[in-house]
Amino acid sequence: MRNKAEGAFYQRDREWHPPAFAPGYKTSVLRSPQKALISLDNTLSEATGPVFGHNIIGELDNDLIHNFAAPGESAIGERIIVYGRVMDENGKGLPGTLVEFWQANAGGRYRHARETYIAALDPNFGGCGRAITDEDGGYAFRTIRPGAYPWPNRPNDWRPAHIHFSLFGHAFAQRLITQMYFEGDPMIWQCPIVGTIPSREAIEGLTALLDRENTIPMDARAYKFDIILRGRRSTLFENRLEGN
Amino acid sequence: MQSLNRFKESASQTAGPYVHIGCVPNFAGIGGVFPADLGKTMLKEATRGTRITVKGQVFDGTGTPLRDALIEIWQADADGIYPGGSDPRGPGDPHFTGFGRQAGDAATGEFAFETVKPGRVPFRDGRMMAPHITFWIVARGINIGLHTRMYFPEEEEANAADPVLARVEHKPRLATLIAKAEGEGTYRFDVHLQGEDETVFFDI
Repeated sequence: MRNKAEGAFYQRDREWHPPAFAPGYKTSVLRSPQKALISLDNTLSEATGPVFGHNIIGELDNDLIHNFAAPGESAIGERIIVYGRVMDENGKGLPGTLVEFWQANAGGRYRHARETYIAALDPNFGGCGRAITDEDGGYAFRTIRPGAYPWPNRPNDWRPAHIHFSLFGHAFAQRLITQMYFEGDPMIWQCPIVGTIPSREAIEGLTALLDRENTIPMDARAYKFDIILRGRRSTLFENRLEGN
Repeated sequence: MQSLNRFKESASQTAGPYVHIGCVPNFAGIGGVFPADLGKTMLKEATRGTRITVKGQVFDGTGTPLRDALIEIWQADADGIYPGGSDPRGPGDPHFTGFGRQAGDAATGEFAFETVKPGRVPFRDGRMMAPHITFWIVARGINIGLHTRMYFPEEEEANAADPVLARVEHKPRLATLIAKAEGEGTYRFDVHLQGEDETVFFDI
């Protein structure tokens, strides 16, 4: 069951998120708004959001090892399971919400026309997947651990291994794109894109832990990655959105 | 002392140059994984309302169009109801999703949405907002998704009474939120990330 639009969302903590202008990440310099954002207490336009049903999800959508592979083949790389919950800031699971993910292959190469890295493409790896959360907000997918790769920023910058995530939540105000990093990767602390995030605590919030207990014997290791989307006010004593 | 038991929102990170792989894989040439790209088609034969096309480009601070942006829209149906079930006023048009997603063209950066003109939606206090479409823009170099709204040029009276447009103190900037008519049923909504014509973005 999805919640109807109720209270407005907690104000976004802009000091916690990366600033738009972060010169260590050069591309942000010309793509960052310079004027103050106009504040807007949520209306129905922000407190509602698109709904995607389980019927859009194909059998292999959450299996990146197989969803682009030829029959009988599988992607090359370290087999992993990524799982977790999508919750709001109150710790409440968000059921029935779409999670999309994409990543480089085990060599750090993306399947994309603008990709120029010399690492080889894996003919059996596309790099995209999606899932809809269960009644507790849980999701899981199977993939290979992506490789680190160089990127044009300073002369010798490298991205740590990461998986991109796109989240819808239950309202357009919760829309978020972020990235998941892997516990123990020293490259995390050298990356200018990670470095756009102001605090170590917020970076650690994007770093998935190896979950030894959920490792599947002779098959795949597990990483747990919970995602927090904005919480919304209780409607107690609040002027409700029109029509509610 | 007790605790509020509250978590912090996961920090945003840029969608990066390869956002197409995850969000519009068929556009990126990764066929056969998803049957169609999410949000590519907003209309069905039975969708109620006036058909419109919304085109535009996203420009950086030098006036160069972004060729790697991903643009999403969210809008009410022709009757002013947000479809899909999250609107407390009702389910809305069952033949309309309200959600569109397009990548900018790889050469020109131009995007185009085929949709219907949205109806009016009430503001928190019951006053009616002018018809509008919510935009969300991500790309390489954008560290957190940008929210803005597109309003319609022919709705002068409704725009003048719109409680959100009224929040914009610097009136010359209002023009950045109003699309330009480009022939029958076609609108142009260009977004400027910075510079003199910087689009008004919202902290929602």
